[in-house]
Amino acid sequence: MRKFLLLFIVLVTAFVFTGRLFYLQIYDTSFAKLSENNAVKTVYDFPQRGYIFDRNGSLLVQNQPSYDVMVIPREIKDLDTVVFCELLDISKEKFLKKLATAKRYSPRLASPIIPQLTKEEYASLSEKIHKHRGFFIQKRSLRDYEVSHSANVLGYIREVDQNIIDRNPAYELGEIIGMTGIEKQYEQILRGTKGVKYIQKDRFNRDIGTYKEGIFDTLPKRGKDITLTIDAALQAYGEKLFTNKRGGIVAIEPSSGEILSLVTAPYYDPGLLVGRERSENFTKLYYDTIAIPLFDRGLKAEYPPGSPFKTLTALIAMQENVVRLDEKIECRGGYYYGKRGRKLGCHEHKSPINLQGGIAKSCNTYFCTVYKRVIEKYNTPQQGIDNWKNHLTSFGLGNYLGYDLPVGSKGKIPSSKTYNAKYPNNNWYATATISNAIGQGEVLLTPIQMANFTAAIANRGWWVRPHVIKKIQDHDTIAKGFKHKNKTSIDPKYFEPIIEGMHDVYRDGTASFLEIPDIEICGKTGTAENFKKINGSVKQLTDHSVFVAFAPKDNPKIAIAVFVENGYWGARWAGRIASLMIEKYIKGEITRTDMEAFVLNGSLEEEYNKPYAGKPFKINQ
Amino acid sequence: MATIKNTLKFDWIIILLFLSLVSIGWVNIYSASYTQSGGSFFDFSNIYTKQLLWICLSFILIVFILALEAKFYERFSSIIYLVSLITLLGLYVLGNNVNGATSWYLIGPASIQPSEFAKAATALALAKYVSDIQTNMNAFKDQLKAFLILALPAIFIIPQPDPGSALIYVAFIFPLYREGLHFVYLLLGFFAAALFVGTLVIGAPWIGLLVALITIGIFLRNKKQKKKPSIFKYATIALACISFAFSVSYIFNNVFEQRHRDRFNIVLGKEIDTKGIGYNTNQSEIAIGSGGWFGKGWTQGTQTKGNFVPEQHTDYIFSTVGEEWGFIGSLGVVILFIFLIIRVLVLAEQQKSQFARVYGYSVGAILFFHFFINVGMVTGLFPTVGIPLPFFSYGGSGLWGFTILLFIFVRLDASNYYYT
Repeated sequence: MRKFLLLFIVLVTAFVFTGRLFYLQIYDTSFAKLSENNAVKTVYDFPQRGYIFDRNGSLLVQNQPSYDVMVIPREIKDLDTVVFCELLDISKEKFLKKLATAKRYSPRLASPIIPQLTKEEYASLSEKIHKHRGFFIQKRSLRDYEVSHSANVLGYIREVDQNIIDRNPAYELGEIIGMTGIEKQYEQILRGTKGVKYIQKDRFNRDIGTYKEGIFDTLPKRGKDITLTIDAALQAYGEKLFTNKRGGIVAIEPSSGEILSLVTAPYYDPGLLVGRERSENFTKLYYDTIAIPLFDRGLKAEYPPGSPFKTLTALIAMQENVVRLDEKIECRGGYYYGKRGRKLGCHEHKSPINLQGGIAKSCNTYFCTVYKRVIEKYNTPQQGIDNWKNHLTSFGLGNYLGYDLPVGSKGKIPSSKTYNAKYPNNNWYATATISNAIGQGEVLLTPIQMANFTAAIANRGWWVRPHVIKKIQDHDTIAKGFKHKNKTSIDPKYFEPIIEGMHDVYRDGTASFLEIPDIEICGKTGTAENFKKINGSVKQLTDHSVFVAFAPKDNPKIAIAVFVENGYWGARWAGRIASLMIEKYIKGEITRTDMEAFVLNGSLEEEYNKPYAGKPFKINQ
Repeated sequence: MATIKNTLKFDWIIILLFLSLVSIGWVNIYSASYTQSGGSFFDFSNIYTKQLLWICLSFILIVFILALEAKFYERFSSIIYLVSLITLLGLYVLGNNVNGATSWYLIGPASIQPSEFAKAATALALAKYVSDIQTNMNAFKDQLKAFLILALPAIFIIPQPDPGSALIYVAFIFPLYREGLHFVYLLLGFFAAALFVGTLVIGAPWIGLLVALITIGIFLRNKKQKKKPSIFKYATIALACISFAFSVSYIFNNVFEQRHRDRFNIVLGKEIDTKGIGYNTNQSEIAIGSGGWFGKGWTQGTQTKGNFVPEQHTDYIFSTVGEEWGFIGSLGVVILFIFLIIRVLVLAEQQKSQFARVYGYSVGAILFFHFFINVGMVTGLFPTVGIPLPFFSYGGSGLWGFTILLFIFVRLDASNYYYT
């Protein structure tokens, strides 16, 4: 016993230690991560963001270096505040306030104390800053906008904050992320791949060399360049035409679905969201709740489409075989329906009128009549309306179009469900929905949806999903979905009469004064009633001016939808703008300078201020 | 039957184990102390270069130790012991303060720590006293004398302050037990330790209550079985236990310094503070734990390179082994130590002279205690007690102290057959 006790204890100890080592080294795997966090610092080298070009290869967005004065509060030593403030050209109070903010953020981490120096400031500071311990200048890359338009398409970027990092762990503090537009949509391509360096730290957090001789380090990869389908000249012109007006333009190349122009007004210079004034400018834009400049009307605004929708009513009526081309329908100043002789008014035009004439003259009676036939063709109005809806869905209406920009609206195409919910016991008939025939009622479309159905008409029955991407550097092709031809449910042969009608709109219809010399153009005016809630009560405002068009009639190059908020009748503003845009795109120059001057000088500001003046006001003046 | 051999038979197993531990130790000291930007290998300001010098010089020391007559150690043990005590006392006059402890003589560029040599001296003195024919380990007076031999150096060392080095003298209870000390002393020690830890964990009042309940329980049970237990005896034992618990509590709260209390609290899991007082243990566990099966490779340990584990080249050198050589490497080192200790103990048993046996047993016990406390501390099993890992930790005095301790035994063992 006496001989073996210590031996026994020694052996037990051997087992206990082996067990402990096994537990620490093999069983509990949390230590490896702990030691990595402890001892290895990861330093990122952020790549340059990719450039953005327009469809003709002109540069829209590149990068510029920017220099921030950074501070690590804990490392400040023997700071002569007076001298330093003079050097930075900043008041002592402001400096101390910023320093306090930085300290609150973290005494150990760097935070910017003066962001975005000019190049001159940088040059004079860079030599002197090293004398002040705890301060240094950090270079970063900012966007440099070569154009002052297209802010809504390009979008803006910002430095990630902790919220964003929590959601996307792939981002690091100091990195940049696209927040809207192209910058957001193609973030992964523009962003590039950040380089990484692992640095061995000691327990005082000092760098003591590379980790494992740098075998894990990588170099940054520059972001890829992107070419857009946007035509910069056309885009700039579109924004210019919208001076002092609100609304939007969507122009599409029908054969490819390429978006040539996407204007929203009011617009702003994308350069406003770069540099020292960024946050001030952003706040101004963000809190403008009346003009809402950050709201992309071309993609998001839902309007009753008005008369342009009649083209679709006509197409569906022909496809459903409820009307013959040569059938003339009499219009007695309006469409009468229902038991109590309700009337949907029409304006003065020759009567009776056939399909082509109906479109040219925009006759409400004609379209209400054929719409009712379409709905009543089936046993129940429910079946009728759902069948009608399916036709519209084939034009991409009533849902997101699937284009490559991050915002949008579905618009609205009513179905049997809509009316079943509205009328008790499902007791409703075609006439209850009669406003749909002329693009009022329950129908809501976004401008890009209007441009898209116009493109589908221009193509005589098919459309390509609209998109703004034309080419990505080092990629052979764009996404397949942007090449596929979506067929509508309407037989191609029915499109010609509609197109002739739209052509007549220019020749002797509602837009005859908008003809462009030497260009065969087809279009359709629209006037959309609209209501807005102001100070708690809903008021009717001046109608929106709406216009869709495409040109040339054969082999179309451009399909366009324009709407001008409270612009009254369709041809007045929207028609003119569409006409000028088409001429600009096809000819490259404007021959009708009088019309151009009229549009450029025309202002609707007075109209927009009316409802807010606090006095009773008249509409549609 | 006495046969005297003319050739000495050194135990080469011990020598080989010694060489392996020293060289593996140095390799790890190199990793723990070199810097990427460090200067030339032969620069003597490098810790690893200095340690290499100590190792080389220790070989000369070994030759010297082995060259002496075995009888020398027995004959001069008292003198060696006295000299050792004087050097310990001399610290209070001539000693220099390094890292808060006056444990060192500074002689030119070198520093000497007498407490590292005192262990061998005490082992010699104890072996000499116990092996004396007139000493009876069951006589209380002799027990007291033996304890005094152990207690003197410990008492001199504690106020330096160096409680860790003093703690090692507890190891001598094993050779004494081997030589006939009553088992009760060991049991008492174990029971006292349990009470001690229990008091710190749940507090003296609860321990008191627990002891009282258990005592009453046993008393009542014995009474039922008609054993007529003496109330006085039970009361005395219970009272002794309870007063022990309360005095531990008193000493812990009033005599100990805060840093000692902190060390105990961390290990007992009473405080979780990875950036403050628990830092050493936590970082050491991280270093070892991140080693995995095969470790990060020599000089590739991030914890080691980053100097996250304080005192890593001295007391915490085992964490470098754990990090860079992994489970396999650290298990290898544990096995080497266990082999060495067992080999020493086995050889000690085979000694024909009681002097050599007691000495050998002391060597085994001291090595084991160092190994046990150090590795226990580094792996986070025990409180932080600043004692080195034999043959591994950086330091000339430590290395030489252990070398002398071990090789005197090698020398004694080689002369085993001189004695009848």
